[in-house]
Amino acid sequence: MLTEKSIAAGQANLEVFSETLQALAVYDRDILVVTSDSRGSGKLGPFGVKFPKQTVEIGIAEQNLVGVAAGLASTGKKVFAVSPACFLTARALEQIKNDVAYSDNPVKLVGISAGVSYGALGTTHHSLHDFAVLRAINNITIVAPADNFETEQAIRLAAEADYPVYLRFGKKAMPLLNSEETTFEFGKGRVVKNGGDLTLIATGETVLPALKAAQKLEMESGIQAAVISMHTIKPLDYKLLHEFAANGKPIITVEEHSVYGGLGEACASYLMQNNFHNRFKIMAIPDEYTVTGSQEEIFNHYGLSEDGIAREAMTLLGT
Amino acid sequence: MSEQELARLSVEYRKKILKYIYKAKAGHTGGSLSCIDILNVLYNDVMNVGPENFSSPDRDRYIQSKGHTVEALFVVLADKGFFPESDLETLCQYKSHYIGHPTRKVHGVEQNTGALGHGLSLSVGTAISAKLDDKDFRVFTLLGDGELPEGSNWEAALTASHYKLDNLCAIIDCNGLQISGPTAEVCNTEPLDAKFEAFGWSVRQVDGHNLKELQDTFAALPFEQGKPSMVIARTIKGKGVSYMENQLKWHHGVPSAEQYEQAVVELDAACAEI
Ligand SMILES: Cc1ncc(C[n+]2csc(CCOP(=O)(O)OP(=O)(O)O)c2C)c(N)n1
Ligand SMILES: [Mg+2]
Repeated sequence: MLTEKSIAAGQANLEVFSETLQALAVYDRDILVVTSDSRGSGKLGPFGVKFPKQTVEIGIAEQNLVGVAAGLASTGKKVFAVSPACFLTARALEQIKNDVAYSDNPVKLVGISAGVSYGALGTTHHSLHDFAVLRAINNITIVAPADNFETEQAIRLAAEADYPVYLRFGKKAMPLLNSEETTFEFGKGRVVKNGGDLTLIATGETVLPALKAAQKLEMESGIQAAVISMHTIKPLDYKLLHEFAANGKPIITVEEHSVYGGLGEACASYLMQNNFHNRFKIMAIPDEYTVTGSQEEIFNHYGLSEDGIAREAMTLLGT
Repeated sequence: MSEQELARLSVEYRKKILKYIYKAKAGHTGGSLSCIDILNVLYNDVMNVGPENFSSPDRDRYIQSKGHTVEALFVVLADKGFFPESDLETLCQYKSHYIGHPTRKVHGVEQNTGALGHGLSLSVGTAISAKLDDKDFRVFTLLGDGELPEGSNWEAALTASHYKLDNLCAIIDCNGLQISGPTAEVCNTEPLDAKFEAFGWSVRQVDGHNLKELQDTFAALPFEQGKPSMVIARTIKGKGVSYMENQLKWHHGVPSAEQYEQAVVELDAACAEI
């Protein structure tokens, strides 16, 4: 059971990202971090101090950052290019498409403070498009770790991957999610709670409100909701989706992304093309000028919250 | 406006920047304090723009490329009467239009900025339009020194000289710092004057806190016929508050209650000396 205490116990995934990279860099001189005046926001201050020769600072120039990272990766370096998700995946999109994905340079792109983590800094600083644009580009694995466990595993896998990976991180401290799973693979969703009445599929920082909503539904209404952390958006875990859709019960997807082109539409596309007729709802940020406020306020406003998700579940269940 | 009046305003603006950042518990403090003297002179002594002519196609345009120091802009716009200053009480709150970067939802703001490296291209487009339509308005844009490595700046710099945009004035707030460290260490861009001259601009360097020098510099626009003008303003990040000056952490540091009080005391003392 997730309690306020266990929630407080987690670190921000970015801290774990930085610690994991430091642990790897000690034994592997090829691990490189490339930044665009983003060291502080990426929690990489300590990495830079300990491994100055494994740090390449580019300055505020995200296109250059990705191009340089691709060049470094082409020589066998294990490159983590770190920049706010908004700039990394919008401004440097052509470099990602051509220099990284198409040219098969296995850069690990790390999008920090993704989604609406930057809150009141506004739309220039939000990345609600990154899943959509990257999904449409061939040869890039898209991962949004939910908790510290998934983060550490994802970084270790990414370091050794010989293909491009996009890792998307928020800013908030994330608790260890309640799960017996100890294995982690890209492309394999993680069941954080079982339940036969409906399925909540979430990713990144929305897994937490989804899990809280499932607990609320159980406590208040005896409804058993399964919760899946679909950390890999591409390739999507069709097998797991199939398994959970097979009971015919409602499915709700939850993501910190535009309602267009993300996790929800990826799931819908699979389900429709495979003759599933489950009741289905995509919970995401609608196509409008995003309301202003902190991440939490934005989540609450659009129902990406414990209450909002539970309410949507009740509606879909017809109760 | 007289130099003395401007000097008083600068202190007032600094106090307000800190007041609203302190209240919102968020904001870009150091860079707002480094550019406020430039904004003061532009809005009160140079540009032909205010609430009364903001819908006129002939108004001068100001586009803030370093959008993160929006607090400086908001404080000046409020003082010019674009909106009641009390609106700034809602800075960064739920549903407020007054967010951490310039948005056109706020009266007086020309362009939505915040992602660095956009302002110069937007300004070039606006200035080309003036030339096409034979209009006399001028375009001003403020850049950070840390944002210069964005390639778009150099693309726009080429377009500006190619189209001989002497109705365009760019100002670089050269405070020598960005987020991760001194600009010289993060990505050295000096010598800036030689670079922009090579790109076909007419360049002047000024003390970005010397109001008289700023007034005289802008009065001399365009520096050369047929060339865009570049003002390299040497400034101090955190200028006006002793413990903030040249300190990296004040990029987006928010003062504590005691720090805020001390800042007000220092600024009041500075005002008394004018
Ligand atoms: C495209 C883009 N990349 C990164 C950022 C994040 N960022 C905001 S302010 C800043 C440092 C800016 O330094 P500088 O231009 O020198 O501004 P100042 O010192 O005047 O605050 C950075 C990296 C951004 N806003 N836009
Ligand atoms: Mg600077």
